[in-house]
Amino acid sequence: MTEHYQVAIVGSGPCGMSAGGRAAEQKVSHIVFERTDHLSDTIFKYQKGKHVMATPDVLPLRSSMPFDAGTRETILGKWDDQTGSLGVNVRYNAEVTAIAGEKGNFTVTLKNGETVTADNVVLGIGLQGNLRQLACPGGDWGGVQYQLDDPDEYEGENIVVIGAGDAAIENAVALAKQNNVYIVNRRDEFARAKDGNRNLIEAAIKNNDITPYYNADPKSVTSGKLTLTVADGEAEVDCDRIIARLGAIAPRKFVESCGIEFPSKDPASLPELSPQYESNVPGLYIVGALAGFPLIKQAMNQGYEVIEFILGNQIKPADEPLLEEKFQALPGDRPVDEVIAHIRENVPLLRALTTLQLREFLLDATIHVPSKGDVVFERNDYTNSFFMIVEGSADILIDEKDPNVIVNVGVGDFFGEIGLIAGRRRSATVLAAEASFMLESPRRSMIKLINSVEAVERTMNEVALVRQLRTYLSPQLTDDAIRPVLETAEVRGFKSGHVLFKEGDADEGVYLLRKGSVTVSRRIGGKDIVIAYVPAGHYVGEMAFLTRARRNATVRAAINTETIWMESDKFRQMIDASPELRGEVERRLLTRFIESESMHTRPEAGNIIQFLVEQGVGEATDILLIDETLCVACDNCEKACAETHGGVSRLNREAGPTFASIHVPTSCRHCEHPHCMADCPPDAIHRAVDGEVYIDESCIGCGNCERNCPYGVIQLSSGAPKKPGLFSWMMFGIGPGPGENKGWNKAHKKEDGAPKVAVKCDMCLNIAGGSACVRACPTGAAIRVSPEDFFSLSELSARR
Amino acid sequence: MHTSILVFRNFRYLKIALALIVVAVLAYVIHDPLGRPNGGTWLGYSLGGLCAAIIVWLAWFGVRKRRYGVGKLLLEDWASGHVYLGLSLLIIATLHSGFQFGINVHTLAYALMVLVIGSGAFGLYAYMRYPRLRSINRGEGALGDVWALVAGMSRDCYEIARDLPDEVYRLVEDADKETRIGGGVWRQLSGRDPNCASTRALEEVRGMAERYSGKDADAARRLVRVLARKVELLTRIRKDIQYKALLDIWLYFHIPLTVALLGALAIHIFTVFLYW
Repeated sequence: MTEHYQVAIVGSGPCGMSAGGRAAEQKVSHIVFERTDHLSDTIFKYQKGKHVMATPDVLPLRSSMPFDAGTRETILGKWDDQTGSLGVNVRYNAEVTAIAGEKGNFTVTLKNGETVTADNVVLGIGLQGNLRQLACPGGDWGGVQYQLDDPDEYEGENIVVIGAGDAAIENAVALAKQNNVYIVNRRDEFARAKDGNRNLIEAAIKNNDITPYYNADPKSVTSGKLTLTVADGEAEVDCDRIIARLGAIAPRKFVESCGIEFPSKDPASLPELSPQYESNVPGLYIVGALAGFPLIKQAMNQGYEVIEFILGNQIKPADEPLLEEKFQALPGDRPVDEVIAHIRENVPLLRALTTLQLREFLLDATIHVPSKGDVVFERNDYTNSFFMIVEGSADILIDEKDPNVIVNVGVGDFFGEIGLIAGRRRSATVLAAEASFMLESPRRSMIKLINSVEAVERTMNEVALVRQLRTYLSPQLTDDAIRPVLETAEVRGFKSGHVLFKEGDADEGVYLLRKGSVTVSRRIGGKDIVIAYVPAGHYVGEMAFLTRARRNATVRAAINTETIWMESDKFRQMIDASPELRGEVERRLLTRFIESESMHTRPEAGNIIQFLVEQGVGEATDILLIDETLCVACDNCEKACAETHGGVSRLNREAGPTFASIHVPTSCRHCEHPHCMADCPPDAIHRAVDGEVYIDESCIGCGNCERNCPYGVIQLSSGAPKKPGLFSWMMFGIGPGPGENKGWNKAHKKEDGAPKVAVKCDMCLNIAGGSACVRACPTGAAIRVSPEDFFSLSELSARR
Repeated sequence: MHTSILVFRNFRYLKIALALIVVAVLAYVIHDPLGRPNGGTWLGYSLGGLCAAIIVWLAWFGVRKRRYGVGKLLLEDWASGHVYLGLSLLIIATLHSGFQFGINVHTLAYALMVLVIGSGAFGLYAYMRYPRLRSINRGEGALGDVWALVAGMSRDCYEIARDLPDEVYRLVEDADKETRIGGGVWRQLSGRDPNCASTRALEEVRGMAERYSGKDADAARRLVRVLARKVELLTRIRKDIQYKALLDIWLYFHIPLTVALLGALAIHIFTVFLYW
């Protein structure tokens, strides 16, 4: 007779195990199925000694299982102990192949043919799925492995890593330190990997640390030898070990076979769930990563909650007290559910989110209840958060010169998207027009939202388009003037280096840059000479239709760029309808004529622009440039940096390229869209009001930002050794004097294992008076500039 | 934008220095003391006090330079002021002396001051001239890790010389092991090494290459080219070191002389009041 349980839990990851724990505690008859012979396979497979984080920090843990940040071993050990002491019924080596039936009578079939019945089923299988195996003949050779626990275990071996994803690259790079490593890539580049990892592998290949095989497929394996099919035949590689990181077969197929529906074909989409984690199949619950909650703590909380829900206990989610606290700022004592419903009702942008997603979104958001006339943000602030109006309204002062030009936005509207898109300073000041209730959401939440809910991006773009036209062209533009342009305008993106249009092309429209920047170049004497740099907020391509000629220059994206493309005829209609804009366009055209004539005679200025753009200056908001004709190499800039930042300099004066005596030292450029922020697990990297990109003390030293920075300006540092005081230096000569940290740090290096955190230039955020490096330069060789200033022609002509 | 200390803030510190000089000269011309003009009149004390204040402020630069992240003024303000006020001392201090010189501690202080200003003037000249030359010498790429570059070229030389006669191999070995970069003060300042083993190897291999034929000649020609590249790089590195040495050397005079000046100045002031 088959066994019957109240709850069958599939998977023993953080959520499944936590559900099992709660079930055991509540004396619910239960069984946990685990495919392998140990708990929580995903975490089991982390690299040995890996430090596991307990994010989000604000979220309290609610589980029968313990969990704190710590090493993989400690965490797994505690889970094993607790599972044992609670008496959780775990069946190992039990892979579930099918789930059928309905609430009260589910049948769970295992790989070995056994079946178990249950009233309810909880799916906690995560997204890892089953690892893809090496399919070629001989793939079962003992030297083939699908994971790598500790790269330092191997030394002096020939190791082949198969795969081109992040896992393969991380393994290959780690192994290359003390082994002879080959990497086998089915394609001709590593496009699938994260930027940081791609840089790593490309550098390792360039330095001959790793030998690549491109366009190669494993054909067969014999003991100690791998045969590959390559473009021109076959290649044989002698190897002691093969590490195959071929990705996983996503569990979607299995999940669908259980009757669960996905909202779209998009492989990233997740099944829709009730607030109690119940899927469209009653009695079948989904928790953890598969439900869209990939963090360990969230998953553990859900495991606990789902058992309570099954028992019919309507407990509040674990984040309830946090949201309650957040909503305390609101007048009247409104319950959390009501406020959330109210937000969903009033803000259309958030309607497409599930309740779970919305709660998570709100946890990151800040509630504002400004009174009439309160400033929400000011023009030229560098903040890049996004605001939504739940109640009340706001006045946007769009014209710098005339505070009476106001756009009023009301309930359900949003603002702040222009800064978010462009990564630049705020383009307008916003005041509360009455007592209001607004949500402020940080850049990271918004990017996540845009990437996961399609409708959000579309809605945002529609509204942003009109506002960008007004902001960047003329605040005086009326709706009637804009309407014709909107009929055909579209957002067009260009990757770095791609051409918007070429010299000699026929006129096909005007491009308004809303993100990124471009260079304008002309062929002069058979060579492409850059004649201008145009940052976001300006337009290009108007010259051709204004002069009724072909394109007289080539425009190329200096960095990843987004433009609003407008049809020429419609653009003409718009400027005809607006005398202010007409005058402005005409003025700019004449300026461009003058500049371009001047550049003809001064191609070296163009070369400087070209050089700086190649150095990525185009995406900088503030960059340190050194004039080599003034620099006396005293290194006082580096010393000042070290002295004001705990003894470790964040800039390297000598490193970095030079052109026409302009030296770009290795120092942070405070990018418009900082690469370092892209993948920071504890969200420790922020942008301050004045534009400084800085790392706060929650850094865990994972090194993602260091890898993601294309300019190599972030370093991992265990901090400077303690330095004897000034007095003992003056009186007894002990320790280094002011500014002399370099040698001291080297001589008193901390041991290798000391914990490290990422450090980078913070533009002396907390020091009155600003950048210590620039202030400490005795000869005026070091300056900090924003690219708009530096690329301007007058500045360049001053350089002679 | 980048501005040198001479033109900094539209010559603000030049203007201040000039104003001080004009006032001092006018006062000196108008002032009609009893007997010869000297440091003991009211004007003499005023000018002396002014000079002492300026000297102490100038010397404070050494402290200010090492105080990072503080102060309202840029260090460039201090440097620009340092240059112009320092030069103005030549006139103001001379007026203070009333053109009376002798063999005594007072004139010693004056002489030391002139030496300090002289060394500073050379420093200013060096700061104005050598960074540009250094930048030109470096070219567009940074010299980067020069040791790695030189070592790479040496490796290439060995590689080629392996199949060549022993006489060549020995030269290549010398060029690798005996080539010196940097060295003592004079070597650094000269920017050359008359006994550079690499240059010698280049010259001699060149002579030998003319005699070789066949495969050896090919290899020797290749070797000459690599050696020539290495010598060129060495020349540039030595020039770079020379410029850096010129940028630094004057400080080894300027600062000890300043300390001596402060001492002499203290004695000068002390004795003046002691023998009042």
